[in-house]
Amino acid sequence: MYSRELNITRPSGQSVPIFFEPISKAGAEERALSFTKRSIKSSAKIKALYQIIKMIDLTTLEGSDTPGKVKQLCAKALNPLPHAMQSQLEKFSGFQTVPPVAAVCVYPEQVATAVKALQGSSVHVASVATAFPSGQAHLSIKLEDTKVAVSDGADEIDMVINRGAFLSGDYQKVFDEIAAVKEACGSFAHLKVILETGELGTYDHVRLASEIAMEAGADFIKTSTGKISPAATLPVTYIMLQAIERYYERTGKKIGMKPAGGIRTAKLAISYMCMVNETVGYPWLSPQLFRFGASGLLNDVLKQIYKQFTGTYCYDYAFSLE
Amino acid sequence: MASKSRVVSRSKTSKSLPPTELAPPLKLPEQAFKLEYAPALESKSIVSIKDRYDLFIGGRFISPKTKKYFATINPATGKKLAEVAEAGSDDVALAVEAAKAAGEKYWRTLAPAGRGRYLFRIARIMQERARELAVLETLDNGKPIKESRDIDIPLAAAHFFYYAGWADKLEYAFAGHKMRPLGVAGQIIPWNFPLLMAAWKIAPALATGNTVVLKPAETTPLTALLLAEIIQEADLPPGVVNIITGDGKTGAALVEHPGVDKIAFTGSTEVGKRILSSSAHSAKKLTLELGGKSAQIVFEDAAIDQAIEGIVNGIFFNQGHVCCAGSRLLVEESIADIVVKRLKKRMENIRLGDPLDKNTDIGAINSAAELKKINKYVELGIKEGGEYYEPTKMNLPTEGFFRKPCFLNQVSPSGSLYREEIFGPVLVISTFRTPEEAISKANDTPYGLAAGIWSEKVSKVLDTARSLKAGVVWANTYNKFDPSSPFGGYKESGWGREGGKHGLLPYVELIKPDAEEMKSKT
Repeated sequence: MYSRELNITRPSGQSVPIFFEPISKAGAEERALSFTKRSIKSSAKIKALYQIIKMIDLTTLEGSDTPGKVKQLCAKALNPLPHAMQSQLEKFSGFQTVPPVAAVCVYPEQVATAVKALQGSSVHVASVATAFPSGQAHLSIKLEDTKVAVSDGADEIDMVINRGAFLSGDYQKVFDEIAAVKEACGSFAHLKVILETGELGTYDHVRLASEIAMEAGADFIKTSTGKISPAATLPVTYIMLQAIERYYERTGKKIGMKPAGGIRTAKLAISYMCMVNETVGYPWLSPQLFRFGASGLLNDVLKQIYKQFTGTYCYDYAFSLE
Repeated sequence: MASKSRVVSRSKTSKSLPPTELAPPLKLPEQAFKLEYAPALESKSIVSIKDRYDLFIGGRFISPKTKKYFATINPATGKKLAEVAEAGSDDVALAVEAAKAAGEKYWRTLAPAGRGRYLFRIARIMQERARELAVLETLDNGKPIKESRDIDIPLAAAHFFYYAGWADKLEYAFAGHKMRPLGVAGQIIPWNFPLLMAAWKIAPALATGNTVVLKPAETTPLTALLLAEIIQEADLPPGVVNIITGDGKTGAALVEHPGVDKIAFTGSTEVGKRILSSSAHSAKKLTLELGGKSAQIVFEDAAIDQAIEGIVNGIFFNQGHVCCAGSRLLVEESIADIVVKRLKKRMENIRLGDPLDKNTDIGAINSAAELKKINKYVELGIKEGGEYYEPTKMNLPTEGFFRKPCFLNQVSPSGSLYREEIFGPVLVISTFRTPEEAISKANDTPYGLAAGIWSEKVSKVLDTARSLKAGVVWANTYNKFDPSSPFGGYKESGWGREGGKHGLLPYVELIKPDAEEMKSKT
């Protein structure tokens, strides 16, 4: 596939083995889209809906983000279901309190606000970093960006890879930057590496970028910033899950997966869960190893939970926006 | 709480962070979640199955002169669905006469565009009643609703749409030639794709101006009889299509009837040979679409994960009841272990069960007799030294005819399972070392219906495809069908082609217009 040697080395001089397998586009897409045909109903659906909430990174990444907006989002992250609906649903047998989401994902500037708002809870604070979303900055700035977010209390860092370097064939640079950011995260923050698959052009590139990111120290690999279309798709997530599966076979290390952007419905989220279940396997269906990067998804999941218990849909305005 | 206080005490300057290879523990408890697939059954209420079905002759349902009926059962439960008329030779004669009369009276006098209109109408009604057809197909055949809903029924309608378009363009189909219909076409179809095979047969015959007597397989007659209702609803002139049910004897009577001008048969090579000899002393034209033992060649430069999907789809689609099933896997020796390992893992995720469940990937084997035959082949394969594998966690339903998908590894080309068609979810695996060897091994068969090539190297794919003696060669995919694409086999896999422009030829006589006439035109 790649006629030139990949030849990536660690700072120690040790060479990095990159295992690459070609992807056949039509076949991969056909398989990935086959998971939309799975049909999860009744009690299995309720359980899946609760699990989706536990795996959501509730996200706001706007230029207009303010401490006020972030606080509101954190309140929603802690208590997704409005009180009025909670008391309505409590009448139904089997209803359980809706859990908080996995994390809130914000810009570095908003980390301190989020940390304060979520203090004492199980909800993580994820911060995008490394000159998000373009990644077009000098490494020293990317590292500083990361360190400030971590020292403000972010315990998850969502970095972007250097797509410019990747597309120009400088895989060593891509690797080095990820490894450096990983080092900057230290033992304080989990590292999610955003490949921005919408800019990589081919599934072969996605697979290669996944391998590089995992070797360089990613705890999670993530599809997208949400700023580029297409963001997460089933096929691209399928390619990344296969890379994760192969990496696990080789090393015994479980790397997490985060599709982000474009997942707005519970139905689609369940298709993703079926895909995880039937590829890497159900151990990945945990917030430790799988996240949905989304903002609109949460309300659709709540709506479906309401429907499952009451048998009817409710108005959209029954839920809070944030 | 504790983890947060750690965060608060963290220094603002980044230098103090110690580098580490280990990710910090997440606060969230490890809570792996076992995703359940609750039963998601397609409702049967859309179909009303009658207790008893008669023969469709001359536009009406009439009781058989034999006064005999036989049962058709649901292979997923083993229970009877309905009784179906058994056509004897008198009934066959009546149907052939009805077809002949309808040809002379209506069908050959109709303007070509008029024929097209009827075909379009049938196609549209099939689409409108698609859900009904899909559920009925699944009940009678045992195939998963996912397949009848997404493949069989839409593709059947697509064949009618496709040939409807040809009806008024026939004079442009083969340059310099005009064509004339043959007359009455006797068509005998198999049980693996009941409605789809009916569409493959009926649509081109009608488009070219022939009339039809169709005999569906005795284990799967119900969708053809629902198609008869659709044909009534479309107001097709009576007798243009006649549908008679029965077993092999009915089929033989149809083949031997002197009023039949053309025989189109899809089914086993054994029956195909019988038809060939019994029609040898007649002027009947013949198309035969018979068995196969198609090879899937996986080269070491393949996209292995996609090849695994193609292997699974190739042999386990429709329980392996597919004439072009990719039943022989030829894998390059250098990647054989990895392919087998991944195939095993993939097979663990196949869902076998109630065909009406939307999550079912593999449904029921069509009949007890087929199940017995398949199991016998597997036993033989194991006796001959094949390494048997079937999914370990899969459970079979307690009633009905089911069998786990499986493969036999290390099967040599001299083995029975390598050479004989099993027509079930049984794959045999063998290895090769060079492209030349792959090609010669793929061609080392009495059949030649289809083949699959898996390689990301285009030059190798083209080179290999050119050398394979198979009617269809798929590259980096398998089991893809389209009405515009011809389908048919080499050697014992059959005579003639169905589908596409080629599919018109078996139903017409080509006429070369008078040379003088040609000259005056130019």
